[in-house]
Amino acid sequence: MNVDISQTIIRIAEIIINELKLEDVTPQTFDPDLDLVDEVGVDSMDLATIALVLRDEYGIRIDEDDYPKLTTVRIIAEYINTKLADDE
Amino acid sequence: MKTVSSLLDDHWYERYKQISKLNIRSSIYDVTDRCNLRCKGCFFFSSGEHERASEENDVNKWHAFVDKEMDRGVNLAILIGGEPTLCLDRIEAFYKRLPTFCATNGLIKVPRDRFPDMMVGLSLWGDEEDEKALRGKDTFKITSANYAGDPHAYYLYTITPKQLGKTGKIIQKIEDIGLKVHMQLLSNDEDVAGFSWKPEELIDVRAEMDAMLDAYPKTVISSKYYHQIITTGQMLDRTFGWMECPSVTELIDKREPRPKRLTNFIRWASDLKTVHRCCTSETRDCSTCKDGAAHMSWVMVNKRAHMRSTEDLQNWIEVYEMFAKLYQFIPW
Repeated sequence: MNVDISQTIIRIAEIIINELKLEDVTPQTFDPDLDLVDEVGVDSMDLATIALVLRDEYGIRIDEDDYPKLTTVRIIAEYINTKLADDE
Repeated sequence: MKTVSSLLDDHWYERYKQISKLNIRSSIYDVTDRCNLRCKGCFFFSSGEHERASEENDVNKWHAFVDKEMDRGVNLAILIGGEPTLCLDRIEAFYKRLPTFCATNGLIKVPRDRFPDMMVGLSLWGDEEDEKALRGKDTFKITSANYAGDPHAYYLYTITPKQLGKTGKIIQKIEDIGLKVHMQLLSNDEDVAGFSWKPEELIDVRAEMDAMLDAYPKTVISSKYYHQIITTGQMLDRTFGWMECPSVTELIDKREPRPKRLTNFIRWASDLKTVHRCCTSETRDCSTCKDGAAHMSWVMVNKRAHMRSTEDLQNWIEVYEMFAKLYQFIPW
């Protein structure tokens, strides 16, 4: 399955906004290169919650060891698209 | 959307970045069910936790157990008991593998040739009078001789209501021997007469803790926000209790809605199979729990809740830094 990265970015931003109940931001205005830990204040429990939603959404498992690498929405989108491509 | 850098100036932002990726994952281990003291108010013995499990005596099983804990993602072992120093081989199973903190009464000196940089927390329950009343002896005389000048040891000073007005004298003694001190409050688990907190005493002790931090900034490892939280049980607009506590053993945590909590946290009994409910006594009423680590962790796991203002986020940073210093993730 070849998924457009921009679609994945918007959907991940939407998930993060919903899960973290972020205010004053939309999936379209969420900067995909914003550092989730250094700027958004995401912690490991938040990441675990987001990973569960992504698993259900995309049918992929995100290894806990990979969490530290998933620092922005764009990187998460690329990670997901790579996993989906590997599964094809 | 509020971002971290929009709330903090450069100085505070650097402090934030120093701690934001530490990703500390602690668990607590009862190293033994035995102790060389029997303190009135000790939650371990007063709640019968020393009888919940039979100690695992095979040290090889301790080594294998710690390996499994590391596979579970634990990167900080907090050793309690009983008195851990009665079982140095078990301590070594942790210390050889991961950052380890040992809570001890300090009567037995941890051999520094074997554990050169293990952080040691020395329990202290007040001045000579309180120590004798609650613990049967003045431990400071012994512990100060054992650990004076040790850069990897500090006092865990449990303040009792009877200590009001007297904390300065003790902290001065600690400063004089070159150690640091972290303050916490007695949860009077055995209802010893005169040692339960009254509301007005909690107001007074908060002011006294603040004054000690101002007077001994290099010796006292603390933050005024922590003093506020532990004396009031209030954080932001929330009240501490069972439905908020972050330090509940994950395996038995069925709370709904599940609060923000320590990832993968478990408190293991000394048989390495049994788990305890939380970081302290399961007979304790959570609404009156004064456990310092639980309250610290309560703040730490609620980072984004503290992103509503600059002051709130700075308070969060100070509490996180305090925890990171106490467990040697950042320097004093």
